[in-house]
Amino acid sequence: MGDVSGTQAPASAIPARAESLSQPPMIPAPAPAWVIRRHRLPVRILHWINVVCLVVLLGSGLQIFNAHPALYWGDQSHFDDPLLKLGARTVGGELRGETRIGDARFDTTGFLGASREADGKLHARGFPSWLTIPALKNLAIGRDWHFTFAWIFLVNGTFYLLWTFASRHFASDLAPTRNDWRGFGRSVVDHLRFRHPKGEEATRYNVLQKLAYLGVILVLGPGIVLMGLAMSPYLGASLDWMVQAVGGRQSARTWHFLAAAGLVLFAFVHVFEVLVSGFWNNLRSMITGRYAVPVEEARHDPQQ
Amino acid sequence: MIRNSRRSFLARAGAAGSALWLAGCDRLAANSGFARWLSSSDRLTETVQRALTSRDGLAHEYSEADIAPSFRANGSINPQTPEYLAMRATDFRDWRLAIGGLVREPYALSLDEIRALPARTQITRHDCVEGWSAIGKWTGPLLGPLLERAGVDSAARFVVFRCLDNLGGVGMYYESIALEDAYHPQTILAHALNDQPLPVGNGAPLRVRLERMLGYKMAKYLVGIELVDSLAGIEGGKGGYWEDRGYQWFGGI
Repeated sequence: MGDVSGTQAPASAIPARAESLSQPPMIPAPAPAWVIRRHRLPVRILHWINVVCLVVLLGSGLQIFNAHPALYWGDQSHFDDPLLKLGARTVGGELRGETRIGDARFDTTGFLGASREADGKLHARGFPSWLTIPALKNLAIGRDWHFTFAWIFLVNGTFYLLWTFASRHFASDLAPTRNDWRGFGRSVVDHLRFRHPKGEEATRYNVLQKLAYLGVILVLGPGIVLMGLAMSPYLGASLDWMVQAVGGRQSARTWHFLAAAGLVLFAFVHVFEVLVSGFWNNLRSMITGRYAVPVEEARHDPQQ
Repeated sequence: MIRNSRRSFLARAGAAGSALWLAGCDRLAANSGFARWLSSSDRLTETVQRALTSRDGLAHEYSEADIAPSFRANGSINPQTPEYLAMRATDFRDWRLAIGGLVREPYALSLDEIRALPARTQITRHDCVEGWSAIGKWTGPLLGPLLERAGVDSAARFVVFRCLDNLGGVGMYYESIALEDAYHPQTILAHALNDQPLPVGNGAPLRVRLERMLGYKMAKYLVGIELVDSLAGIEGGKGGYWEDRGYQWFGGI
C-alpha cells in the first residue's frame, strides 16, 4: 500500500497526509472522504503483467491438459485408476462428456469431456474450446504459449517478491499484525455480511485479505512454478528429491493442476470483492494508484 | 427477474469477453512473427535447464516393483511402410543400423551384433508430451561408444535418428539431439523392454532411450544414425517429425 500504510497513525493525522475530496472546507462534513495513494507504481505494473500471464497460462495450461485429460497420483499414470478424468463416450449414437472423480461419474456433456466447437458439433475434449488457448486442439502451440508466459510470470513474480521485501511492502502491509489476528473472527463475519472497512481501517488490508495475498504470493505462485518444473524430465536429473517429496511426477502434475485451481478460485473471490467494495475506485487504485477511502458511518448515532 | 437477467447478461458478457480474448490470442499466434517469438522461448528453456543440470546427471531409476503392468505404446504403433513390413516378416534378419554422416568410418550393425554388445539395463520413467508417464525396463548398448567407433568428426553438432515409420502416412519419422545428449550415461539403443525383445508397438527392433527427454524425442523403428553440423537441410529443417509440425526441439520439459 501507499503513503498511508499499516502503521497505527492517529485518525486526526490522516487527513493531513492526504488530499481532501470535500470541496468547500466550511461545510462541516462528519467524516470527509479522502484520497490516498494506495498502490505504488511497481505493484501496479507487475499486477497487470501478472493478470495477462495468468490468463494465458490458464488457457494454454488447459490446452495442454486436454492432450491427456486425466490426473493421477504417484510417479506414473495408472490409467485404470485416475484421480480425475474428463472422458467422452458414445451413448445411443450421441457423444456424452463424462467427468470422473475417483469412482464417482458425472454427465458433464457440453462443458467437460465433450463440448461444442465453432462448427456447432460436440467434440471429445477435456475442457471446452472457449477456455483453451488456442481454441482448437493444438498441443504444440499451447506449449509455446505456456512456456513463454511461464518465463514472463517467473521474472515478473521474482521482481514482485524482491520489491515487496526490499520496499518493506511485505512487513508493513502484508504481514498480519497481532491486532489483525485478534480481529480475525470479526473479519470473517464482516466478509460474510459483505461489510467492508471504512475510514482509517480501509487504508489497510484486512486480515483475510492479507492471508489470501500471502497464500498466493508465497504458496500458490512459487508452488505452481516448482510443480511445473517438477514435470520436466530433464530437470528431473537435478530436482528428483523434490519430485519424490511431492509424491512423484504424476503427483506433481496433479499439484500443478490443483495450484491452478487455487489461483482461479482466488481470482474469482478477488474480482468479486473488487466488484462489491467499489469497483471503479478499486480499479483506479490499481491503475493510477489513487484510492478514495470510503466514508466512515457514525457508529453510535444518537438519533437512532 | 431483474437480478436473473442481470446475471444472464453478466454470464453472456463474460462468455463473449472470453471468446474475444481467445480469438485475439489465436489471431496473434497466426502472425508468423509473433509465433516465432512464442517458440523462441524453447532456446531459453534449453539454455537454463542445461545450466541447472549437470551434463551427466542421471534420471531417476526405479525398482522392478515399479514397472508398469503394460507399457503404453503411442504415436506409430504398427508401421505399414513396405520396407518395415518386409524386415518384420523375416524377424529383422535383413535389418541393419547404419551409422554415418560426419564420421571417419561409417559402418552398419545387424540386430544380432547389437544384441551381442555390452548392454546397460535401466528401469526408467517415460514421460509423454501428452502428460502421462509409464515405467519400463530398457536394455541396450550405450550410444556414445557406438559413435566413437565410427570416429566423430569435430564439425558434428547433432545426431539425427532415421526411422522406418511414416506416421500418418506423411513423411518419415526422424529425430535429432545435441551431441552432448548422445554421450549421456543413460542414452542407450534399446533392443529389449522388460526383458523381452522390443515389441512392435514400442519400436521393434531398436529405439533410442533419452531418459531426460520427452517421448517424441526417443525415435522408434531406428534404421540409421547420422552425424550432422546443421539440421536445416533435413526434411522440414526443424530437427524432427514433430518439430516440423510445431513441437519444441529441446523436448526436456
